Amino acid sequence: MTIHPLQRGATAIVGVAESDLGQVAPGTLPVDLMAQGTLRALEDAGLALSDIDGVFASSAQVRLASVALCEYLGLRPRYQDSSFSGGSVFETMVGHAAAAIQAGQCEVALLAYGSTQRSVAGGLLNIRGFDPLITPFGPRMPLSGYALAASRHMHEFGTTREHLAAVAVAARDWARMNPVAWERDPLTIEQVLASRMVSHPLTVRDACVVTDGGGAVIITTAERARHLKKPPVYVLGVGDAIGHLEIHSMPDLTTTTAVQSSRAAYAMAGMEPKDIDVVELYDAFTINTLLFLEDLGFVPKGEAGPFVASGAISPGGSLPVNTAGGGLSYTHPGLYGLFLLIEAARQIRGECGQRQVQACETALAHGNGGTLSAQSTVVLGGPSTV
Amino acid sequence: MTSPSGAIESPMGAYQRRLNEGVLAYQYSPKAQRAVFYPRVLCPFTGSADLQWRESRGEGTVHAVTYLYPKGEPPYNVVLVDLDDGFRMMSRVEGNQNVAADQVRIGMRVRVRIRRQDGADAVPFFEPIDAQP
Repeated sequence: MTIHPLQRGATAIVGVAESDLGQVAPGTLPVDLMAQGTLRALEDAGLALSDIDGVFASSAQVRLASVALCEYLGLRPRYQDSSFSGGSVFETMVGHAAAAIQAGQCEVALLAYGSTQRSVAGGLLNIRGFDPLITPFGPRMPLSGYALAASRHMHEFGTTREHLAAVAVAARDWARMNPVAWERDPLTIEQVLASRMVSHPLTVRDACVVTDGGGAVIITTAERARHLKKPPVYVLGVGDAIGHLEIHSMPDLTTTTAVQSSRAAYAMAGMEPKDIDVVELYDAFTINTLLFLEDLGFVPKGEAGPFVASGAISPGGSLPVNTAGGGLSYTHPGLYGLFLLIEAARQIRGECGQRQVQACETALAHGNGGTLSAQSTVVLGGPSTV
Repeated sequence: MTSPSGAIESPMGAYQRRLNEGVLAYQYSPKAQRAVFYPRVLCPFTGSADLQWRESRGEGTVHAVTYLYPKGEPPYNVVLVDLDDGFRMMSRVEGNQNVAADQVRIGMRVRVRIRRQDGADAVPFFEPIDAQP
């Protein structure tokens, strides 16, 4: 067995915060939301802006994101990173930050995100140009890419539209307990099935909400974390894997490289799926939840549909999944991955009020970028896990 | 990578030129002994720059399908097709009097139908092969 180059529990999340979410004030810039999230996360951690010496930022809307954020905040960090690999980039950046901290290249790392896609576009920002291999056929990307994967899952495993709808309903049932979730009205399987078909088998209710929003996560050494305001949320495991960019180049439409990314994260953490108390996974579309529950090892391949339909991932179920309401109901400004980390940390700290999962000591945050393309898994744990 | 005129031609340029001439072409990697698609400068399976252009027979099987329903317009589909030559591509299967666009199913046999309109670049669509094997 190979030794993971990163040390389990050597770094910890010490501050998390969302910026304003939903629809922000007219004229708000994405970098405003990054900065607002930063201020709130620093307050959460009990740290000052001057403590930050590593800046990690990403946004589809912000040119040279880390550079722009440093100018705005007046920071001159020792280490910076503007990676852009899609919605999983903030899980990837947890690994980058952990490596930089472990190597001594920075001590307090800020991960920040901001997007005003709802305000500026009224729909998902389209950063795609003309592609002769895709554009002439008229898919609504990325949604149709996920729909194609869903068609294979239905064909191979008998997954149904009702199974997909059950994912949306479970997310909504959690969102109803989250005061800042965008969609909080009751939702039924029948309502999902009757909603507008966008790209079969995915309806508008099988797709994420389109919101503005941002936030920040602050990571530092385990040693420093133990002397800050809140209990440390230790980084126990990280793993990255890439499969393809576009759906036409995905080798197997029903198996993502979350298999590999989670295997690496579990190995570093010395844990297995059964050791995870709360799962936060990237549900841009309902099919994602099914694919990732399988690929992360929570259910055998092909069995996620009946598992979800049984109520297993809903409030009160055996495996709490997407406890903030997910991209489907809580928020989705474009790169949702940062919010997975925020909710996972809050669950481990026991700060989630009505939706708090009891005795939550470990959480998994799984990010997805592109069209089931870039996969990144982070395993987090509370003080009892190190 | 030169065109008939002797100018440098990109992988996608060479692919599009053949399409505009009515041919669906793909690359073949002798070292990997398999098709490579989309066109590129090296084989992603071996790293070899030795790639040969081949002409597809243009027949394949629908691997995945989604149907779209634009407001006020007839539905259409977007598919991934597995060509018999050993590569996969995105396209659309055009409906006909026997098969509606949103009745195209996974496993259906299809044949390429290259369309070119108004001097624009040609696009490889597909149509159902009526006589099912």
